[in-house]
Amino acid sequence: MSTAAGSRSVGLVKPQVAHFDEPLLLACGRSLPDYELVYETYGELNPERSNAVLVCHALSGHHHAAGYHTAQDKKPGWWDECIGPGKPIDTDRFFVVSLNNIGGCHGSTGPSSINPATGRPWGPDFPSLRARDWVNSQARLADRLGIGCWAAVIGGSLGGMQAMRWSLEYPERVKHCIVIAAAMKLSAQNLAFNEVARQAIVSDPGFAGGHYLERGTVPAQGLALARMVGHITYLSDGAMASKFGRDLRRGTLEQGDDGNVEFQVQSYLRYQGSQFSGNFDANTYILMTRALDYFDLAREYDNDPVAAFTHARCNFLVVSFSTDWRFSPQRSREIVDALIAADRPVTYAEIEADEGHDAFLLPIPRYLDVFRAYMLRVGADV
Amino acid sequence: MRQDLTHILRWVEPGSRVLDLGCGDGEFLASLRERRQVRGTGLEIDADNITAAIARGLDIVEQDMDRGLANFPDQSFDTVVMAHALQAVHYPDRVLDEMLRIGRQCIVTFPNFGHWRCRLYLGTRGRMPVSKFMPYSWYDTPNIHFCTVRDFEALCREKSIRILARDVVGNTERQPLLASTWPNLFAATAIYHITR
Repeated sequence: MSTAAGSRSVGLVKPQVAHFDEPLLLACGRSLPDYELVYETYGELNPERSNAVLVCHALSGHHHAAGYHTAQDKKPGWWDECIGPGKPIDTDRFFVVSLNNIGGCHGSTGPSSINPATGRPWGPDFPSLRARDWVNSQARLADRLGIGCWAAVIGGSLGGMQAMRWSLEYPERVKHCIVIAAAMKLSAQNLAFNEVARQAIVSDPGFAGGHYLERGTVPAQGLALARMVGHITYLSDGAMASKFGRDLRRGTLEQGDDGNVEFQVQSYLRYQGSQFSGNFDANTYILMTRALDYFDLAREYDNDPVAAFTHARCNFLVVSFSTDWRFSPQRSREIVDALIAADRPVTYAEIEADEGHDAFLLPIPRYLDVFRAYMLRVGADV
Repeated sequence: MRQDLTHILRWVEPGSRVLDLGCGDGEFLASLRERRQVRGTGLEIDADNITAAIARGLDIVEQDMDRGLANFPDQSFDTVVMAHALQAVHYPDRVLDEMLRIGRQCIVTFPNFGHWRCRLYLGTRGRMPVSKFMPYSWYDTPNIHFCTVRDFEALCREKSIRILARDVVGNTERQPLLASTWPNLFAATAIYHITR
């Protein structure tokens, strides 16, 4: 924890655990007999319980969105740029709830938890999940915390999909829905990248059909590869060009030099891959990418997003980033157009940014300005 | 608030749905919300204006009119307003068609290029007018489709657009009679309430 984090950080935070005994019926038809959710909260819930904001995490996210767990932590939570005193999600005004979704691998019940029926890790037998299952479990957490209606449900990427699902499943429990760098469903290209990532994992001998925990193996190589592929889709061509270009980390490309050449971008990707494989569960990665694949906001509304959004009762903020090619501005405009056609109140900003999909996590001035301005309105509606 | 906007207020029904094309920082929409209790949506492309309008608590969509308005359904708004933007779009005639498709009625304001000052400037100096109200040089200006009061009314006739009302703002409000009697010569800003 750097002292520079200073007053604009929520400071030291402590994860909490909520245990749920009531079975959760899942979209796949199976149910989770009981489960735990790990979550963090920042800020204070007001006496009216009207200032609560839910943060939904993306593919590889978790409950630790802001602040530090120990004074020795080098890095804060994953969305510290946006959550804290005076930041867009201002913890002086809002009570922020951030959880690790079920199926995750950071403490909430997931594939690496023990299956009570067998006494062994769930592994690949963990039920497949959809965004709506997360939303339902989040609603139970809201009940537990005494939050009847969220001032806002906020998410980027897969988190934005959960936020949209909230607006349709629990319209009376959401006042504002903030959808950042998301889409109403994945494109064939998105599906293809996810499949490459999963194939990288399952073809690693260490994966052992998903039973690696029991076998004592680790599909580290597969998971690293999956992350490397994913990571490329999070960055833009321009961002990679300016960050790495064709810079060499080792060797030269001189004629007559047969040395071992390594580009900076190679070593960066490998580092990202190995970092990730040490911290993430392979079955969770497979489960999360499938949930992404299966998400289709309007499927049950005759594939008509306008019909879907007529069920929503909240105000929407939709934000996209110019160089995001994973969920491009066009995908956000589809959301906006459906909301307009459904006569829902919507605000849309298309942020000029070089950083690709990753931009939603980064301190891009105009993004933070728009986010902050909108959150003022959320605060005024509390 | 700009004078043309004050004039527009009275044509907007209380509690109606209003779309403001090129809403700037949202000052007008905010005042409509306050004085006419409208549900408003603004379209804007300038980043600072968008942030300012969001901070006012308005619904603002970042969208370039020149890329079309097809995402807005037919007759989905009571009133579509475009204040001082007609002269800045690529195809003013198409935008007018779209406005009349989206809104039951429309309000358009634009600077009148037929104003005597413009004529005098062009007539005596032989150069494109540059003034306090039109401060740009011809080669670097957002205003690419200037027209006169007569031009606009000719277009309305051509397109069978009904003019419900016309209002004008003179250069100074001291001579409102001149501007309303000879609008093409004395109106600095022309204000039209139109429908189809």
